[in-house]
Amino acid sequence: MRPYRSWGRYPEATPSGVVPIVWRSEPPELGRLPGTVLPYACGRSYGDSCLNDGGFLLDVSRLDRLMEFDEERGVLQCEAGVTLAEILALTVPRGWFLPVVPGTRWVSVGGAIANDIHGKNHHRAGTFGGHVTRLELLRSSGERIACSPADELFRATVGGLGLTGLILWAEIRLKRVPGSGIAMERIRFADLEAFFDLATEDHAFEYTVAWVDCLARGRRLGRGIYLRGDHAAIEGQAPSPLRPAHLRVPADAPAGLLNRLTLGLLNEAYYRARLGSRRRVTVPYAPFFFPLDGVDDWTRLYGRHGFLQYQCVVPDASGGGPIRTIFERISRSGEPASLAVLKRFGDAPSPGLLSFPREGMTLAVDFAFRGSRTLGLLDDLDAVVRESGGAVYPAKDARMRPESFRAFFPGLDRFTVQRDPKFSSSFWRRVHAS
Amino acid sequence: MPPDSSARVLIIGATSAIATETARTYAAYGARLFLTGRNGGRLEAVAADLRVRGARTVDTAVLDVTDHRRCQEVVEVAWAALGGLDVALVAHGVLPDQARCQASVADTVAALELNFSSVVALLTPLANRFEAARHGCIAVITSVAGDRGRQSNYVYGAAKGGLDRFLQGLRNRLHPAGVAVVTLKPGFVDTPMTAGVAKSPLFASSRRVGRAIHRAIEARRNVVYIPWFWRPIMFLITSMPEAVFKRLRL
Repeated sequence: MRPYRSWGRYPEATPSGVVPIVWRSEPPELGRLPGTVLPYACGRSYGDSCLNDGGFLLDVSRLDRLMEFDEERGVLQCEAGVTLAEILALTVPRGWFLPVVPGTRWVSVGGAIANDIHGKNHHRAGTFGGHVTRLELLRSSGERIACSPADELFRATVGGLGLTGLILWAEIRLKRVPGSGIAMERIRFADLEAFFDLATEDHAFEYTVAWVDCLARGRRLGRGIYLRGDHAAIEGQAPSPLRPAHLRVPADAPAGLLNRLTLGLLNEAYYRARLGSRRRVTVPYAPFFFPLDGVDDWTRLYGRHGFLQYQCVVPDASGGGPIRTIFERISRSGEPASLAVLKRFGDAPSPGLLSFPREGMTLAVDFAFRGSRTLGLLDDLDAVVRESGGAVYPAKDARMRPESFRAFFPGLDRFTVQRDPKFSSSFWRRVHAS
Repeated sequence: MPPDSSARVLIIGATSAIATETARTYAAYGARLFLTGRNGGRLEAVAADLRVRGARTVDTAVLDVTDHRRCQEVVEVAWAALGGLDVALVAHGVLPDQARCQASVADTVAALELNFSSVVALLTPLANRFEAARHGCIAVITSVAGDRGRQSNYVYGAAKGGLDRFLQGLRNRLHPAGVAVVTLKPGFVDTPMTAGVAKSPLFASSRRVGRAIHRAIEARRNVVYIPWFWRPIMFLITSMPEAVFKRLRL
């Protein structure tokens, strides 16, 4: 078997086999496979939650059929391996949009549910799982179980990291949009205070997010660019979201290409780009939501050691509180950090027992993997997050400790009851030392 | 050229990964489709997908292509259901195990039957219908493996190569009637059968191949290698003298 890497390219894991799941009318006999199984589609989780070292992967990328689309009510039923790109290609020209989209369109519906993903509209729409009305699970016992939001098994499956069984199909409620554009505004802000001021206006916009320069220190700590927007009509036809990117990174960059100096320059350039501190423009939706989809395999820029993305959520506090502490720790550590994504989550309760989003400030930042230096810093950050009562996102994680995981997810015991004993992942074995 | 949004398309072997992708392209243009496949459950899943993707109508018939009488019958049914056809795509086939064929006459004959005779059983009534209508296009998936016999898969290669000759003759016969015959020659394709196998750069995705087939049909091409780079590769392979070629381990 060839080794698999997740999106962060760290760690590497070699499954004992890959079982293609192609037809929902012919479910595989999971009980007959030796060892553990884990559903796999696009491999866009950053850490090891989509890897199963020494176990089987159930590859659903061919379980990619649409089943029914009620164009009046905006309800779509499709198989678990359908990508969000595929859905947008079909529904946007008909005036419907996904209720929640992440930073890439190359994720499967099954993966979106299993990680209960969120997007730039969390403060209004909550998580992806909140818009799923039904789904069907294949358990290792051979049982097929249809569940809906009132069921405990549904709550375990949403955000359940693929550990409650194989999602065969799901039904999603879409939302009406006036067109394929986003009327957006870019606002430059000088420090964290200015960001918090801007974030108080969040409720007036469907989508809000900020890019923050983590390497800036002192007075400039937390400077960045704030983006906000709403769906809007746009002239001409939007390019198909299924079209592959024009650019691709053909090979691993030398380790250390993205270092403190080069990232500092990139961050500076991004901050300075597009003169004028405010800019209002209507753009096609894809570059607004999925800027990094424009370059295939961009993660190779981090070199062969890969990178760790760290995403946490911490309670909102006046003056910044824990989020300011985290920025200070990153800035002081000297570790090369990319631009960070900063956003305020709303108070919508997440539907999953292990859902990551909760009210507060969420921060996501990439660190080139530099061994113990990187790991040490992230352990430090975990301590800040734990103390504040926040959480770290499993979909991005390759290193959190079992005790942190338990502290971040109080629903863990209820979840464990619903988990399918045959299903496991490298992540699960790492954080659930039993 | 702009695809005809009201195209009436028959696809034999529609549940294969490649044919499904071609059907999706037709569906996106609002075509009317008639699909056949061996397995009813699979056929229904594919049909529902194509309806959601915009196909104006999708009819299906379960068909075991080794039943030649039924092949003829299904051609009639499809022709009647859509009020004539603009395109017929024959996409079924199987990659037999060469070693088992060498050990078994029955396996060899079965592979030839599925990859050659059954296709002919469909092409004969299709050709007569299209010729009489003086309109349309017959497209058949053969393979680069049909260009030259190799020890590793010459039973498959013989069937596909035979099909190439049959299609050459058919193209020649139907040309005066204004009916196009398109020979489609894919190379290595990433399909469910090859999941988990390390892919060489020569592998193409089924989506890429499926879409290329749609384009080749709409352009009424004669012989198409998919992707294009197989044409120079196969040119080199077929130009090698037999005295050299027989010594190679291919």
